[in-house]
Amino acid sequence: MTDEVLQVRNVTQRFGHGDNAMTALDDVSLTVPRGGTLGLVGESGSGKSTLARAILLMRKPTHGTIGFDGADVTDLRGGALRRHRRRIQMVFQDPNDSLDPRFTVARSISEPLVAAGLGQKERRRRIADSLDRVGLPMDSAGRYPHEFSGGQRQRIAIARAMAAEPEFVVLDEPTSALDVSVQAQVLNLLVQLQKDTGVTYLFITHNLSVVHHIAHRVAVMHQGKVVEEGTGEQVMNAPEHPYTRKLLESMPVLYRS
Amino acid sequence: MIDATDALRVEDLSIAYGTAPPSVSEVSLRVRKGEIVGVIGESGSGKSSIALAMMGLLPDSARVAASTMEIAGSDMKGATELDWGQVRGLKASMVFQEPMSALNPCMRIGPQIAEVLQIHGKADKKQARARALEILRLVQMPDAEKRLDYYPHQLSGGQRQRVVIAIAVAAGPDLLVADEPTTALDVTVQAQILDLIRSLRDETGMGVLFISHDLGVIGQLCERVAVMYRGRVVETGTARRVLEDPQHPYTRALLESIPRPSVPVRSPLAVIPAVNDFAEVPAVLEEAS
Repeated sequence: MTDEVLQVRNVTQRFGHGDNAMTALDDVSLTVPRGGTLGLVGESGSGKSTLARAILLMRKPTHGTIGFDGADVTDLRGGALRRHRRRIQMVFQDPNDSLDPRFTVARSISEPLVAAGLGQKERRRRIADSLDRVGLPMDSAGRYPHEFSGGQRQRIAIARAMAAEPEFVVLDEPTSALDVSVQAQVLNLLVQLQKDTGVTYLFITHNLSVVHHIAHRVAVMHQGKVVEEGTGEQVMNAPEHPYTRKLLESMPVLYRS
Repeated sequence: MIDATDALRVEDLSIAYGTAPPSVSEVSLRVRKGEIVGVIGESGSGKSSIALAMMGLLPDSARVAASTMEIAGSDMKGATELDWGQVRGLKASMVFQEPMSALNPCMRIGPQIAEVLQIHGKADKKQARARALEILRLVQMPDAEKRLDYYPHQLSGGQRQRVVIAIAVAAGPDLLVADEPTTALDVTVQAQILDLIRSLRDETGMGVLFISHDLGVIGQLCERVAVMYRGRVVETGTARRVLEDPQHPYTRALLESIPRPSVPVRSPLAVIPAVNDFAEVPAVLEEAS
């Protein structure tokens, strides 16, 4: 029994060959404790989304291993890979892109449940339950994404992720496309869901103040490397790496006080 | 009434599209030369409509009404497209959010800057390249001489935004309207662009109307701010006063919704209820002195 749900060990990801070779991830190691949130901060091109893809087993890394719940999952294939994938869900930045505009909310939410082989009765129960959890009215199920506001659409995307009752959710910039007042609602919801279900989050963002608020631990990525890792307090108040300091100094004063 | 030191003065501005209720109502703004004024608001608050109205760039379907609308001393009330042609680029210019869509992808950046100078008679063909280089240096482009011959795709996002700003300030306008110019940029690049806008203001004495959804950015850059909510200005004042001691309940809620180190981690952030109509609360307006 381990209390670390995810172990990323020495993961390197290279793209291209010869002169065009580039190293997107350079010997990255991370662990995420069960029921906690790891915030992954970095600017464009830092490798944070490449790392998310490696964790989701969407691309096999050049070197290194991904451990989940104590087992090495890097080379899973076929049925074992499908069973593993049910335990992990994802929420993307823009719900306008991640929800099919021609699907009702119920159909969007039931897709991962169908994939998991759940029966109709169980699917209905999960849809109702997850809509309730994210604070959307029951009659949302039969409606379409365009009938909702941006914040509500992101709630639908979160409901879809949570309906599969995952152990681990990767959130890739889930509030970057939202107004600050709506961002507040979504952050509050994510904190509440974690308290209720004990789900573990990997929260990817470029926003240090958001990550400080929501994450138990923060990892800062720069040029494919994790340059700093610690509690939110440590990273915000006593940054050790020069890049973290530069990132903090670039933040508007309002978000530092 | 007409003050020669004003880069922008607009009173009772209303903007309506089609038969819908007005998206901007009774908005008054003043930007003095050498001053940076921020307009802050969330999606749909009307802030971008104001920016476009100040440049005469709204579609024909928009109905614009104001009791006063002056840009650097020119009365633009009921101005025709021909009148705007005399103002745009020369007296007022605009920087948009996405530099890649603001630039011509098929044209080297030197000629894109030179074009503005030639159109406004600031340089003839021979001088244009030398002047374009000066302006590219003014916006602190590294290796400016080499980059004159670059295409936009060869530049980074921050460098592209520097080019867009160079084009905007080329003819020496009195007013720069910047609509979310750093929203698409990384935070370290954002800090550089904010520094650049401030130093250009210091050097040229132009007024800046800075539109943003980001309270932190507004607080960093602007001297005065106007807070927009559902098409109306609900609070104005110095940036410092508004951010440190907000008076209007909407401004307060907006500030409290931001995660900050002073807020306990994972504690609930303030939420702005959709049904709560802050528009009922009288606006808190501080006269610009």
